Amino acid sequence: MQRRVIFNNRLLPYLLLLPQLVITVVFFFWPASQAIYQSVLSQDPFGLRTRVVYLENFLTVLRDPLYIEAFKVTIVFSISVTLFVMTLALLFAVMADRQIRGAQTYKTLLLWPYALAPAVAAVLWNFIFHPSIGIFGKALNSWGLHWDYQLNGAQALVLVVVASSWKQIAHNFLFFLAGLQSIPTAVVEAAMIDGANSWKLFRSIHFPLLSPTTFYLITINLVFAFFDTFGVIHALTHGGPGRSTTTLMYKVYMDGYVNLNLGGSAAQSVILMLIVSVLVWLQFRFVEGKVHYT
Amino acid sequence: MKRMLLALLALVLVLSACGPAPTPTAVPPTAVPPTVAPKPTEAPKPTEAPKPTTAAPAATTAPAATATAAPRPTPPPGRVTVEFWFGLGKPLGDVLEAVVMDFNKSQDKYYVDAIYKGAYVDTMNAAIAAFRAGKAPHIVQMFEVGTATMMAAKGAIKPVYQLAKETGWNLDPSIYIPAVRGYYSEGENMISMPLNSSTPMMYYNIDAFKKAGLDPAKPPKTWTEVRAAAKKLVDSGATKCGFTFEWPTWTQLENFSAIHNVPLATKTNGMTGMDAELKFNSDLHIRHLQTLMDMAKEGSFKYGGRDGAATVLFPSGECGIIHASSAARARISRESKFEWGVTFLPYYDDVPGAPINSIIGGASLWVMNAPGRTADEYKAIAEFFKYISKPEVDARWHQETGYVPITHGGNDKTKADGFYQKNPGADLPYQQLTRTKPTENSLGLRLGNMPQIRIIVYEEWEKAFQGQQTAKQAMDNAVKRGNEVLREFEKTYK
Repeated sequence: MQRRVIFNNRLLPYLLLLPQLVITVVFFFWPASQAIYQSVLSQDPFGLRTRVVYLENFLTVLRDPLYIEAFKVTIVFSISVTLFVMTLALLFAVMADRQIRGAQTYKTLLLWPYALAPAVAAVLWNFIFHPSIGIFGKALNSWGLHWDYQLNGAQALVLVVVASSWKQIAHNFLFFLAGLQSIPTAVVEAAMIDGANSWKLFRSIHFPLLSPTTFYLITINLVFAFFDTFGVIHALTHGGPGRSTTTLMYKVYMDGYVNLNLGGSAAQSVILMLIVSVLVWLQFRFVEGKVHYT
Repeated sequence: MKRMLLALLALVLVLSACGPAPTPTAVPPTAVPPTVAPKPTEAPKPTEAPKPTTAAPAATTAPAATATAAPRPTPPPGRVTVEFWFGLGKPLGDVLEAVVMDFNKSQDKYYVDAIYKGAYVDTMNAAIAAFRAGKAPHIVQMFEVGTATMMAAKGAIKPVYQLAKETGWNLDPSIYIPAVRGYYSEGENMISMPLNSSTPMMYYNIDAFKKAGLDPAKPPKTWTEVRAAAKKLVDSGATKCGFTFEWPTWTQLENFSAIHNVPLATKTNGMTGMDAELKFNSDLHIRHLQTLMDMAKEGSFKYGGRDGAATVLFPSGECGIIHASSAARARISRESKFEWGVTFLPYYDDVPGAPINSIIGGASLWVMNAPGRTADEYKAIAEFFKYISKPEVDARWHQETGYVPITHGGNDKTKADGFYQKNPGADLPYQQLTRTKPTENSLGLRLGNMPQIRIIVYEEWEKAFQGQQTAKQAMDNAVKRGNEVLREFEKTYK
């Protein structure tokens, strides 16, 4: 009853929701529906000849061994990025949460990478790790390590994982730090009175109480690794050498933008859309149940 | 403190909400053949007659730089205006803008509005999207490997010979260099207008040659000699790497096939039919990849990456010999801190008839259709094309950019200017392109989705260089995968 008193206009809630809905429809639903439509067509880039081929594009994609290869690369890449980012970010956050001198400066500095565009970040990494002109790349070679990510697939993958993670750590760090700071001091103090050492404190107090943050970050990081690392890969390796850094996302770009195969590219986008939907659903369905919310 | 953190958090949330959409256009891909040559340094030309606009690159760069910062100049009223989208990056793009500006000044009826649209791939995608929206530009610059795609888009483009017929332009194809014209023609009919064309050359480090005890006056001519020289460069410690190449497929596959007069694909390398099949797994092609693999193993060759990634290895002094675009000349002369020379591409001397003429890379100009085009607009396009084919305009383009002249007249004018005396070796690209009459195998190539085929070859070669497969496997795989791409292309246009 109380609600009626506040919103006695039936239209108002819809009106207030409208801007968000319009944005969602124009920028999310409409392009997504276009992708689905395009995925059942065979069309030349100029749109001069169009044939409806139904699911042929999907079958071609799924039968393509290169697609399976890109799938494997994506799995390795995404899990590596997520693990790497979260471990380091958590470590930094725990460190920064202590009472140390210059903590503020330290926190601010850690946020800087987040302000960089992925492509710019990749260019910087290139300057550092290029085997013949990069400072660190040259050093690695002079130490007898054979560093050449332009020809060594494993090294290339390591490089794009590290470069992508570096950018994302700042973001994760911030969330972990906020999470740590929202843990009531009373709980921590009680544990300390009980004689918990810092590992025990982290294991039994901080980490469980951080689980909502951790859970949220896993989702965000996986989605980031799936969709948002294009710039880094493009600027550093172009998906090579061989196909060792061609992720699903990069393959969509190559097939659609460079190879002008719109149908095949759209089919891949739709599959990618499904994968991520399932991933998010799985996480909310199964992981969330075990998460301890404060 | 906590409040500040919360504010930051909110900011991050907003940022990450904007994040997820991939933005491919934000990164100009470097997949553009000869744009690698940044700035022409041959610019100060004391011998040249006073021609204010060519005085120095600075003169052309400065106005262009301010033009991009400020809004572009608006077309003057009363002129027929045509839009021209191009994909040449900074230093070379400036020269192009200067050419357009001079055209606009040279008469008062027409106006060409030149707009930079990013790298070639971006320009191509922008033009395609614009065409689909009914707003195609009048002229678009397209890289040579996009030729098949453009030609297949019959309704989207107007062939140049047809434009000439409709506008009463007495187009004479014979004024253009055959190796350039042929690439963009169907039979005798010119389909697009050549503009920036280059061809790969062999550059070598004279200082390093001397240090290694090699005679810089006698640069290697054959692959045997190249390998020996590269090995000597490394063994003597003159350079860390003996030999490398940029644009791997362009220099080591497409031009390799042309100068040895072997087919890259059937149907005159795809020029006479969309049903062409790749043929580059012949014994000679496999042998060449094997040579490169052997050289990599003995340390005399270093693979420098895809597209133009390897170019830097030469001016930095790391590699003593490089196969690079003639348009890289400017960059090499600007960045190298040593004396260098340039010569023809090497060949296998046991291949009968080799070497013949090489083929070009670069881009050409395409006339695009759109609803509501007027006869006057087509006339304006024809006038602009006529203008850039003039000997003096072409000569200036060639001298300032390092691209080869597109007309015989441009070459004669450059000779008369005394440019080649001042810049020894600058005439070699033209010579290499014209040294024989083009055969079926050296006219050019026109393969559907060629950029994709190039990437396939990169991938297979990189696996071979890593020791994951043999030369034969690499070439067979590349041909097999490439043929699938061609069949897919053919199917789209059926």
